Amino acid sequence: MNAPAISAHGLTRKFGSLVAVNNVDLEIPAGKIYGFLGPNGSGKSTTIRMLCGLLLPSAGTATVMGMDTRQESEALKQQIGYMTQRFSLYEDLTVKENLRFISEVYAVSRAQRKARVEELLTQYNLREKERQRAGTLSGGQKQRLALAAATLHRPKILLLDEPTSAVDPQNRRDFWETLFELAEQGTTILVSTHYMDEAARCHSLAILDRGVKVADGSPRSLGENIDMRVIEVEASDPNRARLSLAQETKITSITQLGVRLRVLLPKTLPDALQMVQHNLQSAAINAEVREVFPDLEDIFVAVTQRRRAEVTP
Amino acid sequence: MNALIRIFAVLHKEFLQLSRDRLTFGMIVGIPLIQLMMFGYAINTDVRNLTAAYADETDSHLSRQFIADLTASQVISMQQRVNNADELMALLDAGQISIGVYVPNDFDRRVQQQDRSVAQLLVDGSDTIILGVAQQLTSVPVHFDSQVPPARQGAKIEVRNFYNPERRSAVNIVPGLVGVILTMTMVLFTAVAIVREKERGNMELLINTPVRTIELMLGKIIPYILIGLIQLVIILSLGWYFFEVPIRGSGLHVLFAALMFIATNLSLGLLISTTAGTQFQAMQLTFFFFLPSILLSGFMFPFDGMPQLAQNIAEILPLTHFNRLIRGIVLRGADISTLWLELAALGAFMVVALTLAVARFRKRLD
Repeated sequence: MNAPAISAHGLTRKFGSLVAVNNVDLEIPAGKIYGFLGPNGSGKSTTIRMLCGLLLPSAGTATVMGMDTRQESEALKQQIGYMTQRFSLYEDLTVKENLRFISEVYAVSRAQRKARVEELLTQYNLREKERQRAGTLSGGQKQRLALAAATLHRPKILLLDEPTSAVDPQNRRDFWETLFELAEQGTTILVSTHYMDEAARCHSLAILDRGVKVADGSPRSLGENIDMRVIEVEASDPNRARLSLAQETKITSITQLGVRLRVLLPKTLPDALQMVQHNLQSAAINAEVREVFPDLEDIFVAVTQRRRAEVTP
Repeated sequence: MNALIRIFAVLHKEFLQLSRDRLTFGMIVGIPLIQLMMFGYAINTDVRNLTAAYADETDSHLSRQFIADLTASQVISMQQRVNNADELMALLDAGQISIGVYVPNDFDRRVQQQDRSVAQLLVDGSDTIILGVAQQLTSVPVHFDSQVPPARQGAKIEVRNFYNPERRSAVNIVPGLVGVILTMTMVLFTAVAIVREKERGNMELLINTPVRTIELMLGKIIPYILIGLIQLVIILSLGWYFFEVPIRGSGLHVLFAALMFIATNLSLGLLISTTAGTQFQAMQLTFFFFLPSILLSGFMFPFDGMPQLAQNIAEILPLTHFNRLIRGIVLRGADISTLWLELAALGAFMVVALTLAVARFRKRLD
């Protein structure tokens, strides 16, 4: 296997007494889409900023494309495309002026500059908007423009910080299709998100919780490896079922999805299914109970709950 | 080569943004216009028409002549006549008059004998300028027509007024105003131009590109050098048109001095921008610097009249040096080479400020 595109060891960042990122190890293979999944304040942005050299790590090291992010941050900038969480192009310039500015700043050769801007305008479906000021674009258009700007200099690595937080579902689907195309062409993509469905699309991902990487792997292997089983309960009266199950102390968590409940129990419990059935029968609730494969949300709840239990004994 | 492309990229972007920012654009032209009119017409150390009242207890031909002479000087404007000194005091206390003229009932005899003061001026001395004006009034001659005018007392020193024979304040104010306006706008514009990018989040994108600190700063500064020159032309030409302020020195020397001063202020603006986090902070820091500049630089008050400490502080303000330069060239027609020390001082400021700014600016977020 090739050397990883991004690797980090013991990456830590403190802001005063707050530890935003705590001892994170990363190994991201080239040409793959890697996700950071975590709630707000879990350290996703801080990690990404350390990887592109915008923030110095308090401890630990990170190498991107074999270059150290501390010492070689300037050389790295030609290799990295970075899309900030907040729209950071110039709102008072037009779409085309923004792209031209970026092409000049990256010193793309004069001959290629124009062709590249035209190519991106077409590729990202911004042709009709080229004369419009960036500040007046819709969320989806802004996002396409930002991605066009981030990929203009054909970077080997794309770091995307919550790129879809202000975008509707259709635009999100299109956006992800573009990401897969880029990955196919060999670009390594690191994308942070707090959407489960987006995380599920990644080749592999890390789940971050309050600065700590609590799990990583492919979405499938994460499901296989958690020490929880998921039992789905479909009841005519899900509210009563939920209240009844809440009495059971061995249950880790209950999530309601319409008429269904997803019940998480430790894997170590020998007869979890019977226990749930028994509980509902004794409360005289009609319900269909079956064990299912954990989805990402279950995994997320499982790993963050486990950590909470460890942190607060 | 790439460096040039990047500087040009920032420059081009800055011009595009400037052309769309109507408020800044308005300030570029509006500030010099308004300030020139305000300072040119309002600031007048050549005081006339102070409100006054008088109490004439003699009411003779001579005393009436005396009051008429005082009024004719145009320094004071007689508002009313009262009966005695107490009433004058009351008016003075109430702030209704600045000067009270008291003519005692033995005025004629005092004039005849010439051994004591003939009359008294009651002056609101809380404003020292008024006190100074009152001194002028004491030289109004008082004597009977039949009387032999008193011989001149001893030798007198003659005053010859160079460079401003009509004693017009505008002649001194307008060249000084060039420096004041350039300080205010240049420092503020650059400081805000960079801080605005921080505030709007553009900086996070910009520092992640290969653009170097010095390239970014040059690209940011150059447009404002042009703006500074436009302001210089506006002020000097309007000053010449409205206030007949002459430009006695070489235009090229004026241009060179102004360029040095503009560059110094822009470097200072950059330095401020590396410290301030928001546009509001940038504005506050600019004024923290602007206020001593306007007060201590010799623009408002004569430099030599200030206490030593204030003079020392003034020496570390670029505006002080520029005021000497611009007044020297514009009003005295001085050659810039005779003022090389002031130029060197400006150059030193610029180098220090720019070095600090580049050193402080980090292509990082922390």
